[in-house]
Amino acid sequence: MLEINLPLIVFAIFAVLAIGGALGVVGSRNLIHGALYLIVSLFGGAGLFVMLSAPFLAAVQVLVYIGAIAILIIFAVMLTRGMAQTKEVVNRQWWLSAILALVLLAVIGIAVVMPVWGPNGSNVVNLQVAETTAGVAELGIALVDGNQYVLPFEIASLLLTAAMIGAIVVARDD
Amino acid sequence: MATLNQWAFIGMFIAVAWLLPVAPLVISWIFRPRRANAIKLQTYECGVETVGDTWVQFKVQYYIYGLIFLVFDIEVVFLFPWALAFNQLSLFGLAAGLLFVFFLSDALLYAWRKNALEWA
Amino acid sequence: METCINIISTFASCMVQSGTQPGLALFLQFLVGVILVASFPLVLVIILIWGERKIAARVQDRLGPNRVGPWGLFQNIADALKLITKEDITPAGADRVIFNAAPIIAMLAVILMWAVIPFSPVNVGVDLDLGVLYIIAVGSVGTLAIMMAGWASNNKYALLGAFRVTAQLVSYEVPMVMALLVPVLLASSMSLQQISYAQLGMWFIVVAPVAAFIFYVANLAETGRAPFDLIEAESELVAGYNIEYSGMKFGLFMATEFLHAFTANLLFTVLFLGSWSGPWATEVPFLGFVWLMLKTFVVYIPSLVLRATVPRVRIDQMMAFNWKFLVPLSILNLVVMATLVKVCQVAGIAPDAASASDFAANLPQAIILLLGNVAMVLVTLQVLRNAGRRERLKMEALMADTDRDALPAPAAHS
Repeated sequence: MLEINLPLIVFAIFAVLAIGGALGVVGSRNLIHGALYLIVSLFGGAGLFVMLSAPFLAAVQVLVYIGAIAILIIFAVMLTRGMAQTKEVVNRQWWLSAILALVLLAVIGIAVVMPVWGPNGSNVVNLQVAETTAGVAELGIALVDGNQYVLPFEIASLLLTAAMIGAIVVARDD
Repeated sequence: MATLNQWAFIGMFIAVAWLLPVAPLVISWIFRPRRANAIKLQTYECGVETVGDTWVQFKVQYYIYGLIFLVFDIEVVFLFPWALAFNQLSLFGLAAGLLFVFFLSDALLYAWRKNALEWA
Repeated sequence: METCINIISTFASCMVQSGTQPGLALFLQFLVGVILVASFPLVLVIILIWGERKIAARVQDRLGPNRVGPWGLFQNIADALKLITKEDITPAGADRVIFNAAPIIAMLAVILMWAVIPFSPVNVGVDLDLGVLYIIAVGSVGTLAIMMAGWASNNKYALLGAFRVTAQLVSYEVPMVMALLVPVLLASSMSLQQISYAQLGMWFIVVAPVAAFIFYVANLAETGRAPFDLIEAESELVAGYNIEYSGMKFGLFMATEFLHAFTANLLFTVLFLGSWSGPWATEVPFLGFVWLMLKTFVVYIPSLVLRATVPRVRIDQMMAFNWKFLVPLSILNLVVMATLVKVCQVAGIAPDAASASDFAANLPQAIILLLGNVAMVLVTLQVLRNAGRRERLKMEALMADTDRDALPAPAAHS
């Protein structure tokens, strides 16, 4: 039985924000509206991260996705001539993406419901609630530890560099 | 539990704080006059009539700035845990962090040499 | 055990002692804290605007507000009343929902920053572990509000202004955040209260003056103050992103701007000027609040004088200043500071956790870091001098080659 308590209500608010925002993104014809709905959806996701005791991820979500990527998306929309407020459907393949989205939903649903997570194939996971600051500091240590994630850490840097170079090459004429 | 309490405070803060800017708007909505007409509602361009659409194509430089910003933003997200754990890091950890910064300075240098940082 | 000394921070324990349910007591403590912390900036902004107008007036040899109340103190209350009774026009082509939401979000973003600011050793809205990251994240929402305002107005000037401002804000966020890494690195914490405590022995402006300089300048740009006030470039963009706003909505944007400027200086004080630390601050918490406000005004008032005296820079100059000077300097600063701090730690002269609030224990590391900063400044000045000379020679060669009228026009605005 579900007990109605405060965390559940807060979860419901964030879940509605996340899903409602996502529906707004696919439903709105105006691209800027779509971008703003995306921000609502991402904000809901950030709230869910906080509830999962991962506030660092929540802050990163707001910082990177809402603060940077959303603005980049709006810039990108304004690069496209007249696309910001087109009234007719440009793409006729919406049914294809609908099928794909449903298949993806089914896969995720099966993964959540089926007993594949916990030890011995049970569905029960013992979650440890970690103290957060310790978590972030440990993340910092693990990122530059030679036995742990130092290689992915440096590759991330190279990847960002490559992304920037690629974008400049594509965006500029010379 | 302590951290969740912290965020409960932030949640309450958001729930209360938005009332502060809304309150003067509501008071103003009660008292202000409403005598709009078509001329008043026109787009303001110093008296000249608006020509064409507002939402036109913008130049690519805005996007490039946004993109360089994004790259540095993500870099900083990686560097904050590193700075937080700095006292506990070995010399190897320091070197790894500096190498990370070095790769990104490369990217900035590339953008500079390609004149991607120019406004015009 | 907590006792009933400080009424705000120990509100809950006092209530529990008198028999209230703990959950309810905590809730009430939060509620009181939220209302106190959130409404303080709104009261403050009225005084701030008055002070700014007075100072700007004195710089320009005027009197400033002097009719309503003593020294014109109630001028802003009169202005607020006027704004409330003004007609509010939403232009016909505007996107109504976004248009109305933008000023609310802009103000909310600034007020939210106050939630984590430590006012004294014991009074802080919430001592968030991720304080610094929270401040940056909330600040970036303000950028979004400006974008929403400019786009929803359906006005070419507003949209152009919003795009320029957004480009400016995101650009200057890079050096600001890079400079913010230095206090985090020195204090080994992202909580603003922990950073305050870490400065009991030595203020961070002494050990990291370059980071402080970058943060201060980037903050001037982030809050749209002169010489970076392209946000309200009335000569070229009429008024910028808020051109179509009238009545109280416009008032909210103005109040947000003043409040943001003060908040930025408050953050500067917390991060670099020792926060609430001062004589007897740890014994009498209220004194900490007084010190904090005093220090903030010490850095805030020069920014007002700066605003009243310097001209506005051109947007291409402003972008070049950021990307070709501040960002490289902030990267260099981070590398030098990280290396020197590690050297101090390896050499064993860094203060340990027990002696962090002792001035003498901090001294050796502070001297090394300060010397590193001075060296950095000297190198930077030399590089700038060389670059300036190259630029001047190039211009002179160009002048010799061509007729004066045929010089390339300054970078076109678009």
